[in-house]
Amino acid sequence: MTSITKPPVRHPGLRKNSLGFTVRDYEGAMSTLCAGCGHDSVTAALVQTCWELALPPHRAAKMSGIGCSSKTTAYFMKQSHGFNSVHGRMPSVASGANAANRDLYYIGISGDGDSLSIGLGQLSHAIRRNVRMLYVIDNNGVYGLTKGQFSASADIGSTSKKGEANLQPPIDPVLLALTLGATFVARSFSGDKAQLVPVLKAGLLHNGLALVDIISPCVTFNDHEGSTKSYKFTREHEVEISAADFVPLRREVVAPETDEAVSVVTMHDGSTVRFRKTPEGYDPTNREAAYAHIRACQQRGEVATGLLFIAEGGQDMHAVAKTVETPLVDVPYEQLCPGNDALQKLMEGFR
Amino acid sequence: MSGINDFAFKMATVNGTGSASANSLLMQAIFRMGIPVTGKNIFPSNIQGLPTFYEIRVSKDGYTARPSEVDLVVALNPSTYAKDVATVRPGGYLVYDSSWPLEPELVRDGITILGIPFGRMCVENFQGDRDRTLLRNIAYAGALAALLEIDMDVVGQMIIEKFSKKKRLLDANNTAIRLGYDYAKKNYDCPLPFHLEKMNATGDAIIIDGNTAAGLGAVYAGATVGAWYPITPSTSLMEAFKGFCEKFRKDPETGLARYCIIQAEDELSAAGIAIGAGWAGARAFTNTAGPGISLMQEFIGLAYYTEIPAVFYDIQRTGPSTGMPTRTQQGDLLSLAYASHGDTKHIVLFPANPEECFYLSVTAFDLAERFQTPVFVASDLDIGMNDWMCKRLEWDDNYRPDRGKVLNADELANVKKFSRYLDVDGDGIAARTLPGVHPNGAYFVRGSGHDKYGAYTEESDAYQEVVDRIARKFAGAASAMPAPEFKMQPNAQVGIVSVGGCNAAVLEAVDRLREQGLPVDYMRIKAFPFSESVKEFIDSHSPVFVVEQNRDAQLRSLLAIEAGVPRDAMIPVLDYGGMPLTANVVVTAVSNHVAQAVA
Repeated sequence: MTSITKPPVRHPGLRKNSLGFTVRDYEGAMSTLCAGCGHDSVTAALVQTCWELALPPHRAAKMSGIGCSSKTTAYFMKQSHGFNSVHGRMPSVASGANAANRDLYYIGISGDGDSLSIGLGQLSHAIRRNVRMLYVIDNNGVYGLTKGQFSASADIGSTSKKGEANLQPPIDPVLLALTLGATFVARSFSGDKAQLVPVLKAGLLHNGLALVDIISPCVTFNDHEGSTKSYKFTREHEVEISAADFVPLRREVVAPETDEAVSVVTMHDGSTVRFRKTPEGYDPTNREAAYAHIRACQQRGEVATGLLFIAEGGQDMHAVAKTVETPLVDVPYEQLCPGNDALQKLMEGFR
Repeated sequence: MSGINDFAFKMATVNGTGSASANSLLMQAIFRMGIPVTGKNIFPSNIQGLPTFYEIRVSKDGYTARPSEVDLVVALNPSTYAKDVATVRPGGYLVYDSSWPLEPELVRDGITILGIPFGRMCVENFQGDRDRTLLRNIAYAGALAALLEIDMDVVGQMIIEKFSKKKRLLDANNTAIRLGYDYAKKNYDCPLPFHLEKMNATGDAIIIDGNTAAGLGAVYAGATVGAWYPITPSTSLMEAFKGFCEKFRKDPETGLARYCIIQAEDELSAAGIAIGAGWAGARAFTNTAGPGISLMQEFIGLAYYTEIPAVFYDIQRTGPSTGMPTRTQQGDLLSLAYASHGDTKHIVLFPANPEECFYLSVTAFDLAERFQTPVFVASDLDIGMNDWMCKRLEWDDNYRPDRGKVLNADELANVKKFSRYLDVDGDGIAARTLPGVHPNGAYFVRGSGHDKYGAYTEESDAYQEVVDRIARKFAGAASAMPAPEFKMQPNAQVGIVSVGGCNAAVLEAVDRLREQGLPVDYMRIKAFPFSESVKEFIDSHSPVFVVEQNRDAQLRSLLAIEAGVPRDAMIPVLDYGGMPLTANVVVTAVSNHVAQAVA
């Protein structure tokens, strides 16, 4: 993963959080993703989130697998430990780290390829184990780093840059998580910082695995769902610049501020994604209602966003395993080794 | 063979019928008579209904290898009669259930056939299919007690220990034992020419299997995180770890666990959990068998390149592919030494018996943290799952884990800029930090190309500098490995090299060759990378035989590649059918070769 160190410029007017850090102290190396990438907006939201929560950076561990999304762990919180592991296997590494040290804040960053294809099994079982961590999926429906293959979250009928249509049904991480018994399920949009930051905050503080699916447009290999018309429209307009190695500079996609329950966002390709915010009076503690709401939105061609489900009373991995409160890495060896007297007593049973 | 306290017998039964407890009762009773004894369970990959065998070898001289021949067979599985009767040595004995007429398959000249109506006696004395089936096993144990002169006081005591809380079972088992015992006494000339006599040859030895000993070793080493996916023959290792943790690792006040065991969704995840925990600072391990090692390859390379400690137990079974899951082999030697893609080499330890499974477990965790790398413990099914007589385990209470170079908070407070992969003192090992300890210790672990500062790189020189240092670190590890074990004799020219579970058979073969007038020197390798003495031994003997349990002479290849010994200077002696090695295989190979050379 390439990274470029940012110049340490401090604006004197930057506010400090309770730890005395400015928001810039939560930044990382310069992003090497394409300009306008939704993932960079997620990174910015994470920076804001951790700063606002006044998270001690060295008490956070950033975990990732492989792919564009997984690279972003280098782009925030440079004072935190980071672990860029192998493709689709971040959940197991995070599970092990959490087993060893339950007191750190674990921030897992994954993508739709990393979590829904190669890592679907690992994601599912991390959800079942309820490992305490924030689990972000930067979801763009496409394999960006290998230049534009469909991912498992691509919608039926959505077309690749070359015009091929995806014919396989998508895996929706939010519905999956609900089915698997996840205790925190949210969806947001990379361009909606106002919604994203509170959701991430809630996720980081959740006592269990907090899954946050974030629709995050890929500016280079854009294949989002949308009307066939608008995709065609985009293709016609992209013909002259369709070389795969050419990345058009664009502004990041931002959701318009609106009080409407449904916000319509125009994507890079001109297609639209409709985000329905959870309505007033929505009960996020009812798993079946959450499922019904998401499905109903889907039927209408809308994407349900917000904190969709939460069960705060759930037991995390350590509660189930009845592990000591002290992180296992801090339990002194003297409390781990039974000693020779105990061994000799034990040996009598082997005679 | 064959005499007082020197013989072998075998029970041929159907699995899932409860014969295992009768077999272990027999073995333990012999052990308690002070006589060296070993048990080998040759079982199917199945829960109920397939043939299963249990071989017990009694050896006053303390030989623990699988016997080359069997003096007595208890044939209770009609589906294997023909094969079972063929395994009795000429002049040996066959015991069968005479509730039914003698099957023609069981008739054989040159052996003595003893019929005992186990089935009928159990039907007459017990109620219900379950009791009748289970107690038939205890009845044959009783008959063997009479035929082989097992001390009935010892047997009675063991039954009391086992069933003291269940009166009904206690009575039933006592009855069953007497049924077999009395029938044999009354109808046959007891004891047989080969039988047992009390000895004092077991001292304070114990009977234990390798997986239990390894699980115990992990507890004593201070391992706190264990991750696994169930697979034969490694499953009982984690079960043992769990059992010992429940006994020793509960907070006395709260009852909470000072350990965390995760049964993962597959072996990839198990490896990832162990590595994640190792990175976070715990002593962590996973236990598996060959198929699991295949699945873990990518993660092993990550741990190697990012320099994260973790211990991997490979309880080898017969490969390739699913192979024969309940048969033993040493088929993973090369795939462990070079696990994962790209240039990788790994520390591998080779325990030869359960005792070493215990001690080498501790060594493995120390080496993994000292050299910041995955370490493999290459056990096998025979060591892991069979009952071995071993020296009683001892623990040095002064032991403290070697955590390697880990910077603590105070040290980090004085560090201006920490760089993860800087070799400060020239030993190839860079200091590491643990997450959460101090803001100065933060770094970014990446399996992608990195320079000595830990930063991403695609520069040839910066990349090479790191992988060259890792190679130096590995080379340096050779001198820290457990030394080979040598058994030398005056004037020996012939050398035998072997590894792991072959040891018991080779030691016996060395004695037998000496009795035949051929002194041989023996070196047992305990670890890879090889120490200097390995090459010296091979260079100073001729011919040199390399005894191992795989088809392709993997240890010989590893020696040729890594010790710099010409491949053709080593003669392979290979046994890879899945059964524990017998001394006969080694004696025959060596003496045939030497005879040919003389001719």
